[in-house]
Amino acid sequence: MKNLRKIALVIALGLLVSPFANAQKIKGSDTVLPLSQKEAEAYGKKGGKVTVTGGGSGVGIAALMDGTTDIAQASRKMKFSEKQKMQQSGRQAKEVVIAYDALAVIVNPNNKISQLTRQQLEQIFTGKITNWKQVGGEDLNIVVYSRESSSGTYEFFKEHVLKNKNYMSSVLSMPATGAIIQSVKQTKGAIGYVGLAYLNKEVKALKVSFDGKKYIEPSVATAKNKTYPIVRPLLYYYEVKNAKKVKSYIDFVLSEQGQAIVEKVGYISLK
Amino acid sequence: MNRKMFRGKKYFIEALWEGLLKISGSVTSIIIILIILFLFSEGMGLFKNNIVEDGYVVAVNSKNKIENLSPQQIKDIFDSKIVSWKELGVDVSEDEIIIFRLDDVTNYVSEEEIGENLENLPKILNQILEDNPNMIAFIPESYTKSNFSSKILDLGNIKISDFLSGKEWFPTASPAPQFGVVPIVLGTLWVSLGAILIALPFGLAVSIYSAELASNRLHKIIKPIIELLAGIPSVVYGFFGLIVIVPLIQKVFNLDVGETGLAGSIVLAIMALPTIITIAEDALRSTPRAMKEASLALGANKWQTIVKVTIPYSISGITAGVVLGIGRAIGETMAVLMVTGNAAVIPHTLLEPVRTIPATIAAELGEAPKGGAHYEALFVLGCILFIITLIINLVVEYISSKNKNKVA
Repeated sequence: MKNLRKIALVIALGLLVSPFANAQKIKGSDTVLPLSQKEAEAYGKKGGKVTVTGGGSGVGIAALMDGTTDIAQASRKMKFSEKQKMQQSGRQAKEVVIAYDALAVIVNPNNKISQLTRQQLEQIFTGKITNWKQVGGEDLNIVVYSRESSSGTYEFFKEHVLKNKNYMSSVLSMPATGAIIQSVKQTKGAIGYVGLAYLNKEVKALKVSFDGKKYIEPSVATAKNKTYPIVRPLLYYYEVKNAKKVKSYIDFVLSEQGQAIVEKVGYISLK
Repeated sequence: MNRKMFRGKKYFIEALWEGLLKISGSVTSIIIILIILFLFSEGMGLFKNNIVEDGYVVAVNSKNKIENLSPQQIKDIFDSKIVSWKELGVDVSEDEIIIFRLDDVTNYVSEEEIGENLENLPKILNQILEDNPNMIAFIPESYTKSNFSSKILDLGNIKISDFLSGKEWFPTASPAPQFGVVPIVLGTLWVSLGAILIALPFGLAVSIYSAELASNRLHKIIKPIIELLAGIPSVVYGFFGLIVIVPLIQKVFNLDVGETGLAGSIVLAIMALPTIITIAEDALRSTPRAMKEASLALGANKWQTIVKVTIPYSISGITAGVVLGIGRAIGETMAVLMVTGNAAVIPHTLLEPVRTIPATIAAELGEAPKGGAHYEALFVLGCILFIITLIINLVVEYISSKNKNKVA
């Protein structure tokens, strides 16, 4: 009995310690998390060791500043204030784009609207258009769903589609992409946005036009040939002086095999 | 001799135990106090922050007479809700406000002019601002360090009064984040109040039934089931709420959207039930048998005995159960986050989306830049929540002490 306990203790300790020994650590955005996990798995088969944790882009970048992670994964660019803090602490961060992600604007499948312009989206999300009939649909109040204000997705949609204007304050913010899909599915007048990888048949993706002429459907193909306008980069940040340590892993992610994994996870590869 | 040594050893062990307990007790207390101090010291840092995002300034043409802008005004300007300088009470030769962000610089000059390492940027920014008397610019502070002749607005720090009376929560708005806690605090109170209104009658009914009326066998079935409720993870409640309660509310009340305060209240009521029932039942059971039997002997029936004797005797215990139930409801995060819609608007009825304090902290802390204003604002929210629950606990103490005196 006593021996058993000792063995169990040793195993538990071993489990706690082993991943941290000599491994590279990646921390940050939950959007990039599934991709990094798959990449790390494949990289692990080649003999490298990488541990991946989520927590959010802000958490990852803060960890990079503290030196508690080797790579910060982010779904938004580093903010100016973060760059300055980085400089103050005497570190220099290098940015690598590892993949792209397209955001799809989704509505309830029963909604007759199938396309919107950027201006219309801006007016809907800032609260100037409140009824679907104002954009040619039926007489139904629009219910706007968004991600939480701290998410990289929220920030990107605001910069890119709303042209830096703030969302209206009555926008419903959901903690996760899955929750947005669930809510849009069961709410008739709903509109929201999700990453392309999460699109399914339960919701309808809208065609979007930024120039008011050509409406483009979101798909991997249209995102890749740059006709679909709402596309953002997914990023890794690492410290310049750590470049040697992380090079082989990042090279792997950028390699053909790594980019094939990007597509498998549902994001858009670089080439 | 031998016996003495044995006794000495025994005393020693007892003393050791006593010491250990004392140390662990004091260590726990100290840690709790340190946590509270940490919470408040992080939170108070918020009011040392400038109202403009860290590392940036808001600048205008040097001839512009504007002196001060509130965070609200800055947000409205950059959202194009305020479009003329007259609305702000100043006369500028051209009245329409031009907004300038760093990314707009290429609309004014070519990339070659800026230079490869952005070395000409400070000069160019200054030039653009001086060319446009009606411009307001949001630019990094580091570009304004030397030879900058335009007027940098000194907007002061975030004020406690703005924080406590602000009606908008846009923690990531730039240039000026909006930290107004009114909708969030009200949302928290609304949801908790609704939860208690729903949980109280059910909780009381079940506890009275199970303490006074149920047969022993039935009691043995009810009790574990109620306790099982407490063991279900809150995420499961949240998911259940999102998939079952939310569409139901939407249908029953014919609403545009089912994610409402009411959905949160119902989920929280279910979660608070075990606490209320267990504590209230214990209180009811603690009524001395002699009192109940005296009442029955005087000819009162079962119902009269419960209403006139058992409940008045155990009212403090019941209240304590209810208040602890509220305490649980106010602090609950995950379930509420999933069903209330989290819109930071001041709620007027329970049928509107609301945002609560715990949900805000849980959803935003992960992505907030560490040590920034947003991060610290979330700590202040934590302080507010702490104060609310502290008040609730004090109320419990007060009620139970009052009742002890009455019985004595």
